[in-house]
Amino acid sequence: MINYTKLPAVLLLEDGTVYHGKAAGKIGTTTGEICFNTGMTGYQEIFTDPSYFGQIMVATNSHIGNYGIHHDEIESGAIKIAGLVCKNFNIAFSRKMSDVSIQDYFQDQNIVGISDVDTRSLVRHIRDKGAMNAIISSEILDLEVLKEKLATVPSMAGLELSSQVSTKEPYFSGDENGEHRVAVLDLGVKKNILRNFDSRGVYAKVFPAKTTFEEMQKWNPDGYFISNGPGDPSAMPYAVETVKDILAADKPLFGICLGHQLLAQANGIGTMKMFNGHRGLNHPVKNIITDHCEVTSQNHGFGVIPDEVRKSDKVEITHLNLNDQSIEGIRVKGKKAFSVQYHPESSPGPHDSRYLFDDFVAMMKK
Amino acid sequence: MPRDTSIHSVLIIGSGPIVIGQACEFDYAGSQAALSLKDEGITVSIINSNPATIMTDNVIGDHVYLLPLTCESLEQILQEQKIDAVLPTMGGQTALNLCKEAEERGIWQKYGVRIVGVDIAAIEKTENREEFRQLMVDIGVGVAKSKIANSFLEGKEAAQEIGFPLVIRPSYTLGGSGGGFVHKKEDFDHALSRGLQASPTHEVLVEKAVLGWKEFELELLRDGKDNVIIICSIENFDPMGIHTGDSITVAPAMTLSDRCYQDMRNQAIKMMRAIGNFAGGCNVQFSVDPATEDIIAIEINPRVSRSSALASKATGYPIAKIAAKLAIGYNLDEVENQITKTTSAYFEPTLDYVIVKIPRWNFDKFKGANTQLGLQMKSVGEVMAIGRTFIEALQKACQSLETNRLGLGADGKQSRNLEEIMYSLEHPSWDRLFHVKDAMSLGVPLESIRKVTHIDKWFLVQIQELVQLETELKRYSLTNIPKDFFLTLKQKGYADAQIAWLLGNVSEDQVYAQRKELGINRCYKMVDTCAAEFQAQTPYYYSTFEDENESIVSEKKKIIVLGSGPNRIGQGIEFDYSCVHGLLAAKEAGYESIMINCNPETVSTDFNMADKLYFEPVFWEHVREIIELEKPEGVIVQLGGQTALKMAEKLHEFGIKIIGTSYNDMDIAEDRGRFSDLLKELDIPYPRYGVAESAEEALEVAHHVGYPVLVRPSYVLGGQGMSIVINDEDLEKAVVKLLRNLPGNRVLIDHFLDRAEEAESDSICDGEDVHIIGLMEHIEPAGIHSGDSYAVLPPFNLPDKVLADMEEYSKRIARALNVRGLLNIQFAIKDGKVYVIEANPRASRTVPFIAKAYDVPYINIATKVMLGDKKLKDFNIVRKLEGYAIKEPVFSFDKFPEVEKQLGPEMKSTGEAIRFIKSLEDPYFRHLYKEKSMYLSK
Repeated sequence: MINYTKLPAVLLLEDGTVYHGKAAGKIGTTTGEICFNTGMTGYQEIFTDPSYFGQIMVATNSHIGNYGIHHDEIESGAIKIAGLVCKNFNIAFSRKMSDVSIQDYFQDQNIVGISDVDTRSLVRHIRDKGAMNAIISSEILDLEVLKEKLATVPSMAGLELSSQVSTKEPYFSGDENGEHRVAVLDLGVKKNILRNFDSRGVYAKVFPAKTTFEEMQKWNPDGYFISNGPGDPSAMPYAVETVKDILAADKPLFGICLGHQLLAQANGIGTMKMFNGHRGLNHPVKNIITDHCEVTSQNHGFGVIPDEVRKSDKVEITHLNLNDQSIEGIRVKGKKAFSVQYHPESSPGPHDSRYLFDDFVAMMKK
Repeated sequence: MPRDTSIHSVLIIGSGPIVIGQACEFDYAGSQAALSLKDEGITVSIINSNPATIMTDNVIGDHVYLLPLTCESLEQILQEQKIDAVLPTMGGQTALNLCKEAEERGIWQKYGVRIVGVDIAAIEKTENREEFRQLMVDIGVGVAKSKIANSFLEGKEAAQEIGFPLVIRPSYTLGGSGGGFVHKKEDFDHALSRGLQASPTHEVLVEKAVLGWKEFELELLRDGKDNVIIICSIENFDPMGIHTGDSITVAPAMTLSDRCYQDMRNQAIKMMRAIGNFAGGCNVQFSVDPATEDIIAIEINPRVSRSSALASKATGYPIAKIAAKLAIGYNLDEVENQITKTTSAYFEPTLDYVIVKIPRWNFDKFKGANTQLGLQMKSVGEVMAIGRTFIEALQKACQSLETNRLGLGADGKQSRNLEEIMYSLEHPSWDRLFHVKDAMSLGVPLESIRKVTHIDKWFLVQIQELVQLETELKRYSLTNIPKDFFLTLKQKGYADAQIAWLLGNVSEDQVYAQRKELGINRCYKMVDTCAAEFQAQTPYYYSTFEDENESIVSEKKKIIVLGSGPNRIGQGIEFDYSCVHGLLAAKEAGYESIMINCNPETVSTDFNMADKLYFEPVFWEHVREIIELEKPEGVIVQLGGQTALKMAEKLHEFGIKIIGTSYNDMDIAEDRGRFSDLLKELDIPYPRYGVAESAEEALEVAHHVGYPVLVRPSYVLGGQGMSIVINDEDLEKAVVKLLRNLPGNRVLIDHFLDRAEEAESDSICDGEDVHIIGLMEHIEPAGIHSGDSYAVLPPFNLPDKVLADMEEYSKRIARALNVRGLLNIQFAIKDGKVYVIEANPRASRTVPFIAKAYDVPYINIATKVMLGDKKLKDFNIVRKLEGYAIKEPVFSFDKFPEVEKQLGPEMKSTGEAIRFIKSLEDPYFRHLYKEKSMYLSK
């Protein structure tokens, strides 16, 4: 299909900036916080990552959809992004293993997008102005109407979203005869985290976001995993309590992304909304314990407050971001608990940090 | 580990003369590495026999040795300099081989020199096909089924076991020399013996051919701490079966899922770790089965390569520069990020654009050559283009090629011969890309094209969209094209000239005017390695059609230098050398210097050289819009060879100032008729000549000027299509062929001064004074193209009267042409009389050579003179040369075994070397002199 025959669409930012483009995916209107991801592969994994819930994603890669959609390469059961902004929305795909086109996928899951946008200009704008809400529409082109709609969208700060993406009922993952049992607190867990446990002989039980420590303990796990997920960690006191209880019981604990932020909060360290989050597959991180570097997959708009981590006598820093020196990993002194801000399970992204899963398994062996 | 402080002095080995498979990308690498080491306070010595390189300039190295790349030369350097370490990874296979030879002979050990950036054992593992294969099996990386053979019998046994089609890969050769596919049993014996002969160890690998699989490359960097990053993924548009140097390539990879890409990334890292523990760059090639996505490793090169130069330009990440820092001990996280200047070099670039590389071939120079592409590289250069979509980049790359195409088709040069097209799709040569589109235009189904070419469907769909757009465009006339549609055409890379051709009856300028009327303008985006995530200050831009322009025009006075486009025979590295010096001289003269070029192998497209780099086709529409944005004081066309000079007419027509010699004066030199009139007026002898537009006229002219005659088209490069004929019959054939190949051209017929001697002069003129840069005498008699001749500086055999005449004629012509800048003149000398053959009002191939031999920065001087910044009398020019300097042409005939190694008026050499001799008694020179007529064609 040729671009110019496509329907027009519009993207309006909270600060009034407008971008015109073409309709991609379902014809409709969508809202969310706008953010950009710089990954050059793995769009499907990103779309289905629950941490993106409520966000309109700008893909900086110039072509999206080239290799189609594969039923297996998903991080949750459905697309989680609120909308997509891209340059080239490629409906034709060549990959033999793929099932459907990105257009059919979006159509099927009611996802609205906009293509043919000067995404580079948009990224430069967001980079300088910071995270903000936005609205995409391919059915309403009247900016005044869109402005009104956009005004009703709540800010991401202070939003609790995990309970919306978390499983409603507990479920199991992996081989029940596995060597270890891990209780996974699902705040929006990515499938690849469970795959990584499974491949290491870990049998996991995945619990809804608001499950208490007592509840999980009944299953008698060897360790606890606090997952990634969307929203503001400071709006989740229930999860902080759970983490505190796990620490008090001195059980092995591993947290990723949101889980990292909650582990920090449980140790009295505050979190903050970042001016611009980290989203991409090329974030350089240094493990300051081993002095080795790793290229990491990241997706977060909130972070732990660096000064508070440095001042804390409860935790120590294990990983640092080489771009902005932000805190990428901590461990709790005297406890078997550690967490990282980035995504060692990646998918999409480099596999440099998979050793953290081994570390966690080793911790449970002791 | 921080920098190794025991290293104070490093020797960098260059790659020698340009040959197919090893071009100026190694000058780029060597120059970057040298500057990077100098930054650290390290004394840098350089050895390279190629005088046209920037790396052998005083601005780059501390101690430059223009010596043959031999162990004897190394010993000489090591005796004169205290060298702590040698860096052999910047000079291609040539440098690695020399380093290895010196290691075997114990030279490094003798002088206490450490090898940095690679380890010899690692080279061994990657170059020895069998060892590599075994290693891959050991570490669990897939490889094609194969068997090593050291004899004819072993080879036959291997073939029987593996089956056809198969591949023969000789060990330790460059650019796939001697290798090839064998589809049928009948062809095997011949291919096998050729392979065994090509390998210095008489060893070949007989391998199962994975024809039609997709091909990818990754560029890696690793530091001493074993931190590894992937700089770039490159996907080959042409699937397995065509040498990567001859493949159209795209970055980033377009059709790879994250799962497959990460698998490849993991394997690449594993492979690099398995071959040895060294710090530096590495290139890994993979093949992927499109159906199962199984990956097999093809090869690994533990050094900087042609692909790493491409990856550096594609991403903005200067691989060679960083690799040099890693070689002296730094870790990636300790080296500054060259783009942001605030973060570290440990990161993986991300792209928000697409780059396409297309190779440039010169089959026209190798008559009788097998033009089908295969395992052995045959291209002589390449272009890269950047766009916001694959198709935009692809069309821009076509515009960069300078093969008289306006883009991917839509220019009247399409083929409509289905048989020819289908043959070409199956037997790929230089024009297959164009034929893919031609086939689609004729209605050949995409799936049929995919089946014969195995090109990934995604790429084909992008090309097919063009065909659809062209059909759509035919519904409109210029004035009623909707803006949105017009914009789409431009975003898909169409040149105004293509749109004009498609519409018919309108000119390029009318399309341009209408486009501007609609407000459709080019904007420029920055290449910043990070997809705009961080603020960057890289002055490196490409054009596209979008909302925001990032190229902010400064208040400073500006000069634009036009580059020479892709390397080809007759126009290569020498012009990159000249452009770089032009940029630096313009900066010194207080201008902001702006470069326009599209050749990723060059130093001039290093964004540290100019104040601002536009990586754009040297194609009128692109050049024009940059000029309109930047509003420079003027444009320098004298340094970028014929490519840049050809722009002079348009610049003149549009009233844009040409720096130096005016368009009209340059045209006198270029136009045979006007030039001869001038010579007559100046009382300078020239061979009798005439111009013909048909074979009949040609015969008439030939009878008038007298046989033998030299036949050539006007306005050509490197003697393209030139021949010497001695009778009517041959003349007729030659003229008919010329007019068929270059319709509309005129044919020049000169009386050929048989057995004359040839010489040339280069000079600088400031409008008042003329300075003779140098006179060079050819060793071979007239009839061999000057680029293919051995030549001696200064002349060794010409009487003083002749030299005086040459100088006098040079001065007379320079003044008459009002030259401001450079002038090259070719002479023929017969019976003591000096004839002027031609004049080129620009930097020639020989200026860099003379600049090196005399150690005078001639291009710098010429540029300042052109700019009017200085007069010749402001310079104190002191030549330093003891004895003579010989220019040796270097050929790449080994890539075309079927071509006769006969030389003639058409240039065939790909590179050159310099050799200094103390006196004419030198045995090397005596030998050359004795054999001077050996290769002359009839």
